[in-house]
Amino acid sequence: MWDYTDKVMDYFFKPRNVGYIDDADGVGEVGSLACGDALTLTFKLDDNGRIEEAKFKTFGCASAIASSSVLTEMIKGMTLEEAGKVSNQDIVRELGGLPEQKMHCSVMGHDALKAAIANYRSKGERSPGKTGRVVCTCFGVTDEEIKEVIRSNSLTTVEQVTNYCKAGGGCGGCHGQIQTLIDQIHSTKESTEHITESPKPVRLTNIKKIELIKQTINEQIRPALRADGGDIELIDVEGNKVIVAFRGMCAQCRLAEFTMKEVVEARLREFVSEELFVEEDKDSARQPHNHRTV
Amino acid sequence: MDNNATTKVADEVIEEMTPYLGELYGNPSSMHSFGGQVSSKLRQARQSVAALLGCESDEIVFTSCGTESDNTAIRGVLATNPDKGRIITTRVEHPAVLGPCRELEHHGYTIVEIGVDKQGRLDIEQLRDRIDEDTAIVSVMYANNETGVIFPIEQIAAIVKSKGVTFHTDAVQAVGKIPLNMAKSNIDLLSISGHKLHAPKGVGVLYVRRGTRLAPFMLGGHQESGKRGGTENVPGIIALGKACELAGKKIEEENMRVKQLRDRLQEAILASCPDCMVNGDQQHRLPNTLNVSFEYIEGEAILLLLNKFGICASSGSACTSGSLEPSHVLRAMGVPFTAAHGSIRFSLSRYNTEAEVDFVAEKMPEIVQKLRDLSPFIKA
Repeated sequence: MWDYTDKVMDYFFKPRNVGYIDDADGVGEVGSLACGDALTLTFKLDDNGRIEEAKFKTFGCASAIASSSVLTEMIKGMTLEEAGKVSNQDIVRELGGLPEQKMHCSVMGHDALKAAIANYRSKGERSPGKTGRVVCTCFGVTDEEIKEVIRSNSLTTVEQVTNYCKAGGGCGGCHGQIQTLIDQIHSTKESTEHITESPKPVRLTNIKKIELIKQTINEQIRPALRADGGDIELIDVEGNKVIVAFRGMCAQCRLAEFTMKEVVEARLREFVSEELFVEEDKDSARQPHNHRTV
Repeated sequence: MDNNATTKVADEVIEEMTPYLGELYGNPSSMHSFGGQVSSKLRQARQSVAALLGCESDEIVFTSCGTESDNTAIRGVLATNPDKGRIITTRVEHPAVLGPCRELEHHGYTIVEIGVDKQGRLDIEQLRDRIDEDTAIVSVMYANNETGVIFPIEQIAAIVKSKGVTFHTDAVQAVGKIPLNMAKSNIDLLSISGHKLHAPKGVGVLYVRRGTRLAPFMLGGHQESGKRGGTENVPGIIALGKACELAGKKIEEENMRVKQLRDRLQEAILASCPDCMVNGDQQHRLPNTLNVSFEYIEGEAILLLLNKFGICASSGSACTSGSLEPSHVLRAMGVPFTAAHGSIRFSLSRYNTEAEVDFVAEKMPEIVQKLRDLSPFIKA
């Protein structure tokens, strides 16, 4: 069971400022049902430009609800400039702390507030959406978002990044990229000697090549496919031709061809050899895979 | 209401084991009668477990838990089949099986995980197709811990046997709830955990059919006929023996009274809470388990509100486990994320009463309503 502070439990059991302001000056919506938490934050300004009223609606666990509620309390009476300086750390402090794995709840509160302020400043236009390049495809987190949590919370490990913004918490395929972002920001050392560096050896014997292909499929490709209910099997290697078969959901998926090139071939080229190309095993492809019963 | 997690140790079991925590502390391997009396008590416990499973005493290997039994089965079979590199299992196994399998994958083994349909039913034809001459072991759980769905284990065991492959089943959730008879079965290896059937934590069993080639996992002394080294957990084993004896007597009650209570709870919740649904095949389900998804709300929040009323349950939501993704079982079934995050498992035992079930049924609607009032996906 989580070790929540009394204050978290208090805000969870008796949440303050639940609701939606219909004629709000600013609206911020973040998260989604699929991700497991979502928050809609609305605020209204008084004549002096201070936040007069703030309300929230949250789908999520106790710490998500408590973070949202306490935030609405904190920003009341603030100018937008002051509210813009409220960080996720301030939310955590106000709650008397959050478990490490729940830090993303405070980040979600912060993101919603930022989105609501941006919404006000753009005069009611929907926030422009995410900026940057998506790094974590499981949770749709961009490099800009990851860099921001690393900077504002002085994070140093991939695990921390996952705790704070969920990136890397799904299939794990983006851990290398997250580490690179951490290294970039801290730039203490050149990231050349990192373990996630592709294990490309100088000279590739056939035995070594097959081993590397197996290892890459096991560690880099299969976890990503499994996350979507699929699987892959290595059938054979002939020179630079890698023959594989898709199983499970992947076998029925119309995106199989795309997955073959964009995921399987790309990863094998990255981690084994640029010269590799992938083909689907003809015999397995012809087998009926339509096992799905409704 | 969380008996698939663990169960109350039966009073009779505590009474039976207590002397062996106290004055009767002898080592059953000793050559003196102080140890010898313990050894004869162990023999008796072994017979009780064998009686529940319908097998011979020498087919029972005591371990420290269900996880150890699963690890022993999988690694022990692989060790005796060094020329084979494939393990077949399912996507909905307990981590005690999936964990070692995923680790073995890094050592060059091929792991084939068979999928399930929306009701959580296994794709038997796919399983049959995927067994080949490289397959060392097939491991399929008897009943799922999250949904309670029971797999057709005897049918699967017969298929596996016909292909000449060893078959293991993690029966941790099934033993004591479903009658088993190893004498008429094709199962080679079967795992049991003591604390799931009213014995204390720290004791488990691996059933090993005579003639099954299995290398020991724990190396050391000659205990358990050389199949598991280490001085026996004497009080735990005696407790498990008693618990199995009780389970044999109570199995009828489990399937009658406990099932009625579970059905009563299910009907009440479905009738009083809108937008909820039962997860898993209701035709083939453990008599004590109910897994239900409440849309638009999150499992951890439900559990904490239940906890406030003194009600214990569990959830497949991401937030409860510390991981960020919801239950692998519900995802394998294709339960939408929206419903998986709001899934709650109630698992009953013979110690639950009708009054308790009615209390949960009474509190559930207000908890659901309270959280839906907070949810941005419900427009006022």
